[in-house]
Amino acid sequence: MNDMTPTREQRTAALEGMGCKRKRVEDIRFTQGKGNYVDDVKLPGMLHGDFVRSPHPHARVKKIDDSEALKVPGVLAVITAETLKTVNLAWMPTLAGDVQMVLADGKVLFQNQEVAFVVATDRYAADDGINKVVVEYEPLPPLVDPFKSMDADAPVLREDLAGKTSGAHGPRKHHNHIFEWTVGDKELTDAAFKKAEVTIKEMISYHRTHPSPLETCQCVCSFDKIKGELTIYGTFQAPHVIRTVVSLIAKLPEQKIHVIAPDIGGGFGNKVGAYPGYICAAVASIVTGKPVKWVEDRIENLTATSFARDYHMTTEIAATKDGKVTGLRVHVLADHGAFDACADPSKWPAGFFNIVTGSYDFPTAHLAVDGVYTNKAPGGVAYRCSFRVTEAAYCIERAMDILAQKLNMDPAELRLKNFIKPEQFPYHSALGWEYDSGDYHTAMRKMMETTGYAALRKEQAEKRAAFARGETREIMGLGVSFFTEIVGAGPSKNCDILGIAMFDSCEIRMHPTGAGIARMGTKSQGQGHETTWAQIIATEIGIPADNIMVEEGNTDTAPYGLGTYGSRSTPVAGAAIAMAARKIKAKAQMIAAYKLEVHEDDLEWDIDGFRVKGLPEKFMSMKDICWAAYNSVPPGMEPGLEAVSYYDPPNMTYPFGAYLCVMDIDVDTGVYKVRRFYALDDCGTRINPMIIEGQVHGGLTEAFAIAMGQEIRYDEAGNVVTGSFMDFFMPTAVETPHWETDFTVTPSPHHPIGAKGVGESPNVGGVPAFSNAVNDAFSFLGSTHIQMPHDYWRNWKAAKQLGAVA
Amino acid sequence: MIPGSFSYHRPASVADAVKLLSDLGEDARPLAGGHSLVPMMKLRLASPAHLVDLHGIAGLKGISRNGNNLVIGAMTTQHDLLASEEVAKSIPILREAALLIADPQVRYRGTIGGNVANGDPGNDMPALMMALGASYRLEGTNGARDVAAADFYQGAYFTALEPGEILTSVSVPVPAAGHGYAYEKLKRKVGDYATAAAAVVLTMAGGKVATCSIGLTNVHETPLLAADAAKAVIGTSLDAATLKKAAAAAEAIMAPAADARGPVEYRKHVGGIMVTRALQRAAANAK
Repeated sequence: MNDMTPTREQRTAALEGMGCKRKRVEDIRFTQGKGNYVDDVKLPGMLHGDFVRSPHPHARVKKIDDSEALKVPGVLAVITAETLKTVNLAWMPTLAGDVQMVLADGKVLFQNQEVAFVVATDRYAADDGINKVVVEYEPLPPLVDPFKSMDADAPVLREDLAGKTSGAHGPRKHHNHIFEWTVGDKELTDAAFKKAEVTIKEMISYHRTHPSPLETCQCVCSFDKIKGELTIYGTFQAPHVIRTVVSLIAKLPEQKIHVIAPDIGGGFGNKVGAYPGYICAAVASIVTGKPVKWVEDRIENLTATSFARDYHMTTEIAATKDGKVTGLRVHVLADHGAFDACADPSKWPAGFFNIVTGSYDFPTAHLAVDGVYTNKAPGGVAYRCSFRVTEAAYCIERAMDILAQKLNMDPAELRLKNFIKPEQFPYHSALGWEYDSGDYHTAMRKMMETTGYAALRKEQAEKRAAFARGETREIMGLGVSFFTEIVGAGPSKNCDILGIAMFDSCEIRMHPTGAGIARMGTKSQGQGHETTWAQIIATEIGIPADNIMVEEGNTDTAPYGLGTYGSRSTPVAGAAIAMAARKIKAKAQMIAAYKLEVHEDDLEWDIDGFRVKGLPEKFMSMKDICWAAYNSVPPGMEPGLEAVSYYDPPNMTYPFGAYLCVMDIDVDTGVYKVRRFYALDDCGTRINPMIIEGQVHGGLTEAFAIAMGQEIRYDEAGNVVTGSFMDFFMPTAVETPHWETDFTVTPSPHHPIGAKGVGESPNVGGVPAFSNAVNDAFSFLGSTHIQMPHDYWRNWKAAKQLGAVA
Repeated sequence: MIPGSFSYHRPASVADAVKLLSDLGEDARPLAGGHSLVPMMKLRLASPAHLVDLHGIAGLKGISRNGNNLVIGAMTTQHDLLASEEVAKSIPILREAALLIADPQVRYRGTIGGNVANGDPGNDMPALMMALGASYRLEGTNGARDVAAADFYQGAYFTALEPGEILTSVSVPVPAAGHGYAYEKLKRKVGDYATAAAAVVLTMAGGKVATCSIGLTNVHETPLLAADAAKAVIGTSLDAATLKKAAAAAEAIMAPAADARGPVEYRKHVGGIMVTRALQRAAANAK
C-alpha cells in the first residue's frame, strides 16, 4: 500500500454516514432564499381564492348575498355551501370519523369559520370581493366552557347529529358529546385507591394552543378538464394520504390526482389534516377551469386551522407512604371545538394518551376520556408530539411532583423510586403498551450529576429562607421532567388512517456511476430528511451521502407512505430505508461474488465494498459494483440496482429523557428568568448528532413558549382574542433561554438501526419541566398546582393569592 | 390581511402635503413609517382613499441643535435617533427608550413624528416627550403652531392635530447637565407594547431630588404626566416611604385596559413598580 491509500477511518469519514454531524444539504437553498414553497408556485392564468368568515361563534346563516361582490372588478365566482352541494362537497369527513362543514351550511359554529369562498384574478380583488359579500346572521348562544358542554340546558351545536346516539367511537351521552374512551382495569384501580396510604387528586389543564408554523397552510389546485386530472401543490405533511382522501371524497380516480408537497416551512401537526381551503380551491379550479391558489394569512392560521391540546385532566395517584405508586386514575375532558378534526390514527380518539403511566411502574391504572363539542375552531392536532403524548407526559409529570410535595419527598428521588427498571424491558404497561427499551435510572442520575442537582436544591433552600426573612423578592424553582414518549405510528396491528395501515416506504435506485436517488413516503417540513436519509444509506451500502439524492413529496414518483408527524419518520421510514438499502447490498454481494469469482459466503462487507475473506487485496467497491450492475451481472440475474421496501414496524419506539429547568421569579412583577435548562435525550441510535441538537433546540423553544404564555384564548362571548403574534406568544431569540443538551444511547431492539425518533421529545418533555419549575418555585408558599400558561401576570396573581404580594 | 385600494401621493414639500391633505379631506391620511397605519389598513380597520407619503419631503428629516433645544424632524427614524451622537450626549433617555421600541427592522422605518402624532397610548415616545417638556410643531393651511406634548393628547388616537395639519418636528429642551434619567418598560417580548412603562428625568442636589418629572406609557387612553408622583419625591432622598408614596400617586391616575398583558389591577401594580424602579435608577445615574 502506498501513502495515498485511505485509512479505514478516512474511508468511513468520506461516507458521511450515521453518527456524522453532516451539514444540512437543504440549507444551501434555504439560507439563500431559494427554497420552493407553495406560494412560490405560479401557474399561467392562476386565480386566487379567499374566505368570507363568520364574526359570530354560533349563529344561524339566514342569507348570503353575493350580488355586490360579483360586481367587484376581478371577482369571478363566489362559492357557498349551496355551490358545494351540487358536487356533494358541502361537508367533508375528518380523520377522526366525524364530518366537518367545508362552508357554513345553515349555521356557523365558531368565530372565523369559513362561510363563502371568493375567487378572483388576484388576491386584492378577492379581498375586495369578500368585503362586499353580505351575510345575514341570527346569533345563537355560544358554548365556550367545555365543562358546561354537557349541561342539560347546553345549546345544541351539531344539529346534523340530531338523534345520533353513537358516533365513530361508540355511544354519545349528550348532544354535545363526541365519544368516551376508556382503557385499563377500573375495578383493580378503584381497589388500589381504596387501600392506598396516600392519594393525590388534581385537575391539571393543558390549555389550547396552536402549532403556528411560520409558513401557513396553503395550496394551488389545477384541474385539467381535457385529461380529467387534478394537480394539487400543497403544504402537506402526508401527501399520499391527501391524494387518497381527495380521491375518495371527490370521486376522482386516484391515478388522475397528482399531489405535490414542495418545500414546507414547518408543520408541527398543523399540516396533517384536510382543510376547507383545499376543497374550495379544488372545486374553484374545476368550476373555473383555471388554477386556483389559496394562502392562509396569520390570523386565519391561528384562529381557523387546527389547534392543539385543550385537555382537562383530573388526575389521581395512589401510593404508599414511603412513595411507591400503586395506582393511577385519570379522567380527561377533551375540548375538540365544533367538529372532531383530531388528527389521530383512526381507532384512537384520544391518540396514545394511554402512555399516561409515563416512566413509572404502575401496577394498575384506569383512564377515561370524554370528547365534547364547543363553539371553537375544530381540531386537536398533535403539535410537535405523537398523538396526545405531550398531554399525557404533562399530566403524569405534574402529578408526580404533586405527589412528591405531599410526601415531602424530592421529586427526583420519587421518580427514581418508581421508574421501570432496565431488566423489566420489554415492559407491559398497565394501560396496554409494550415499552421496547430504556434505562431510566442512568439517564436521571446523569442529569442530576451534570446539573449539580443537590447543590441547586441547597441553594433553593437558602433562597427560600432569605425570602422569608424579607431579604429578596425572588423565588427559585427546579423543574424536573422525566418523560417517556410513544412514537413511530405505527404497527398495522393497531394503527391505520381511514383503513390504510401506517407503514412507510423507501425506494432506492443506484445509477451506474455509484450515485443514486432515494424516495420515501415521508415529507420533511424542516426535519432535514435530505441530509439524514442519505446518511443511513451511506452507512448501509458504502456510497457517500453526497452521492445520494433524497426526494420526497411527489405522489407520482415517491412510494406510498403515511407522511411525517408523530416522530414517525425515523422509526418507520428510517427502517424502510435501511431495509431497502440491505436489499441493494444483497444484490451487490451477488454481483461482487461473480466479478471476484468467489462464492457469496466468501465475501465480507468492509465499509464501502466487499472483500474476499482472507484475501484483503481482493476487494470490489460499491461504486464499481454499481457500474457492473449495468453491464456484467451474473447469468440469469436482472440488470440494474434498485430496491423498494415497505416497512410495517413490529412495535412503537419509546424515546425518553431527563430534563431540568432552573427558574427565578420576581414575585412583584411575575417576571421569570430561565437561569438554566438541561435536556438529556435518549433517542436510541443517533443518525446525525447536529440535527438532533437542532431538533431539541427547536422543540424546547416551543415548549418554553407553550408553558410560559402561548395560548389560543376565547372570551366568554366566544371571540378568539389571540389572533396574531402580538398576543399569541412566539418567542424570539431574545426571549429564548440557552439550551444545554446531553444524551444517553439505548437502541430500540426491534428497529433495523436501533433509532427511536427525537423531533418531538423536547416539546413533550420540555413543557412539564417549565411548568414544574414554576410550580416548584411557589410550592413553599403553599400551592400544589398552578395552571399553565405561566406568563407574567399569572405568576403575579399566584404570588398574590399565596400572600407573597400585598 | 390585504388592504383596500387607495391612491398614493408623494409631495415634495410640506406646503404641498398640507394642501393635498386639506383638499382631499378626511379620506386622506399622511404616511410616515407606516407601522401603525399599514397594519390597520391590512386589517381594513382603516381604509383611506388617499395616502400622502411624507418620505419625499427632504426638510422633515434630521436632528439639529437650536439653542437649548434639540429639534428632531418628524421623519427622523428611531434608527437615526440611535445613531445620533448629539442625542446620546444631551438627551440619553431618548436613546434608551428608542432601543426598547420593537426591533431593528421596525426602527429602520418607524419615525419619531409618527410615533408621537398617532396618539396610540402604547407608543413609547409620547410619555417621554411629556416628561421632557417637549413641544410639537404642527403645520397646516393656516400656518404653523407649537403645541406642548402635555397638551397634545386628548384620547386614544385623538390629538390636537386639526384636519389637514401635519406634525413636522419635535422640539425637546435639553435637560440640565448631570441629570438622572431612566425609562423602565415591562413588556412580554421584543416588539410588544408596554404592559406599563415609566419615564423619569430628575436632578439631584446634595443627595436629594431637586427637580423631577415622570411620564407614564400605556396605562391610560393617553400618555400621562404623573405630576403628583413627581411632586412627592422633590426634596427627598427617595427613601422607601417616599417611593411607596410616589408609586401610589402614579397608580392613582392610571386607568389601563385589561388585555392579554394582564388585568387592570396587575397593570397598575406593575406601573407603580416601573415608577419606583425608574426613580431609583435615575437617582443613581444622576451626577
